[in-house]
Amino acid sequence: MSSARDQILGDIRKSLRGGAALPAAAAAQLEARLKNHPAGLIPRRSGGRDRAGLLQLFEEQITMVSATVRRVRSLTDIPAAVAEYLSSQNLPAEATVATGTLLDGIDWKQHPMLRIRRGTPDPKDQVGVSAPFAAIAETGTLMLLSGPDSPSTLNFLPDTHIVVLPASRVVGPMEDAWQRLRHSRNNDVVAASMPRTVNFITGPSRTADIEQKIEMGAHGPRRQHILIVEDEQVA
Amino acid sequence: MIPTSQAFKANAHEALRDAYLQKALENMRAGFPQKRLEAISRLPEFEDLRDQAKAIKDHVLENLDWYLERFEKNVTAAGGHVHWARTPAEARDIVMDICRRLGARTVTKGKSMIGEEIAINDHLEKNGIVPVETDLGEYIIQLRHEAPSHIIAPAIHLVKEQVEQTFREVHTDLDPRRVLEEPRSLVAEARQVLRDKFLAADVGITGANFLVAETGTSVIVTNEGNGDLTQLLPKAHIVLASLEKIVPTLEDASAIIRVLARSATGQDMSVYTTFSTGPKRPDDADGPREYHVVLLDNGRSALLGTDFQPMLRCIRCGACMNHCPVYGAVGGHAYGWVYPGPMGAVLTPSLIGIETAKHLPNASTFCGKCESVCPMRIPLPKMMRHYREREWQKKLSPPAARIGLGAWAFLARHPFLYHWAAGWIAATLGWLGRRHGSFHNLPLAGGWTATRDMPAPQGKTFQQMWSERRTRRAA
Repeated sequence: MSSARDQILGDIRKSLRGGAALPAAAAAQLEARLKNHPAGLIPRRSGGRDRAGLLQLFEEQITMVSATVRRVRSLTDIPAAVAEYLSSQNLPAEATVATGTLLDGIDWKQHPMLRIRRGTPDPKDQVGVSAPFAAIAETGTLMLLSGPDSPSTLNFLPDTHIVVLPASRVVGPMEDAWQRLRHSRNNDVVAASMPRTVNFITGPSRTADIEQKIEMGAHGPRRQHILIVEDEQVA
Repeated sequence: MIPTSQAFKANAHEALRDAYLQKALENMRAGFPQKRLEAISRLPEFEDLRDQAKAIKDHVLENLDWYLERFEKNVTAAGGHVHWARTPAEARDIVMDICRRLGARTVTKGKSMIGEEIAINDHLEKNGIVPVETDLGEYIIQLRHEAPSHIIAPAIHLVKEQVEQTFREVHTDLDPRRVLEEPRSLVAEARQVLRDKFLAADVGITGANFLVAETGTSVIVTNEGNGDLTQLLPKAHIVLASLEKIVPTLEDASAIIRVLARSATGQDMSVYTTFSTGPKRPDDADGPREYHVVLLDNGRSALLGTDFQPMLRCIRCGACMNHCPVYGAVGGHAYGWVYPGPMGAVLTPSLIGIETAKHLPNASTFCGKCESVCPMRIPLPKMMRHYREREWQKKLSPPAARIGLGAWAFLARHPFLYHWAAGWIAATLGWLGRRHGSFHNLPLAGGWTATRDMPAPQGKTFQQMWSERRTRRAA
């Protein structure tokens, strides 16, 4: 235990309670609060919506922040949709695609013109394709987790970010996204079970640091294109 | 950074004469408040969300020791390290030790106000390590050897012509004939230059908007994505944070995030909100191999339990300065240290002492706009008033002000004398000013008449007129 640590904690206790540690009963209350992690007030904006309503809100919000969206029927439509988007932006037909169950389930070879690399991006890669863990309709936000299959750098290094989003992953407010993460980790998101990086991403990178004029593509992707897979069977 | 807050008055005069600065501030006054208004008009629950955000932080501050210990425990459980620093010097040493151990030559940096508070860049440079700011605004001012003038828009005092000039002076390996007139081309050039720096850096330093006790997570909120490349690519990620950044849970962080960007830039949500927990896991595809959090006190623990505790609720959104008539007129540099505007007028004397920063709590018209837009409902004018009282008690105010206030206080305590003196002054000034109705100059009021006329009283005081009126009514 460093002396700086003890002194800082001691100074805090002195200021708050004349030097006393938190009484056991109060500590138990804090412990319970962490365990229950109560959600506070949730804006009505995303409340009471069915799947179609959430999808509509998500699209409205993400379009407001300059991303583009296209709905496709199923995973088999993805390679063609990616190729069409790249050609519409005058980009070469090549992309680096994250691994993982969802993206591995796509038969990329069915579109022979598309050159696909898998895994962690090279700094020179122009296009990245990844799949979010969830999408938050409230603000048009994607939630991406780091992991063996999902390099976080793929969300930032390439100039163009294409996102494959199954409709079943769209939730209402941020709190529902956290709830999903907690469920996926046996309802127990403690330090050791948190992913190293959780990215909430809302639209393409931007800056207004020069004369408050918004410019896209400051350091992260300049374009964000979201392919929503409508097939509810895709999880 | 050596504070120049002592020279606030001279700084302010200079700022008012700076044509570039005045043009830049005009952009700001038109931009931020309007965007905030639009964002909150889209969210009917905004006022209730402010109350809730305030309540969360109040709860944390009352139990700060417990939550800090829990945060530390969870950072350690995730494989990271927490370092405690009482002073800026201790924080700098901690960062240097990590850099030395890793043999670091270059360090990339995301925007961090704690980084400014401990002046980490100068310290790294002195020790042979090259710090590279990667937020566009911070990068620009680093090249210009300036301090940030705003806590979320550090280069807001500059116009694009100044940025172009700086880039041409520094990026000498690029084609001198290139076109750099528009912000777009300036942004593209910075992106290109900084990309190589990201890839070469050995250590990445970011700040933290929140520290989540439940999971040992640090959170940054940015729009550019620089904070993410800063922490993902190098060997180690160092987080610089002050004690009060703690929130209990991920849900609490989310609740405060709802008021943060709306108050700051008028966005519903900043582009990148990133939750970082520990170093990369063994199987992870990428990420830093080491994760360190430096927790800085620097006077904050002493604010707990005092009139100034509410200042520790501040989430550094910048709304107070965006709406402040004084900040809007003189910009951030006049305040002379790291934190400008109304929040700086309270935090600066709290951290570096009222002796050095005595002018700042006086740099306010007390219009109350800062408190009315503060998402955490911090009573900034009230706290500035507390500091003005301390300035008085410590006899730091100038003699003329002390004599004037002393005389006024004496009169105010003797109502008969007060009415007599006020009646006499009103009658005399009324008579002297009967022709023009105003004065171009007046003894003891040069500060007023230098820039505008003093209207002449009409000969009687309010009290006199009031009692005459009551007598008439009774009659």
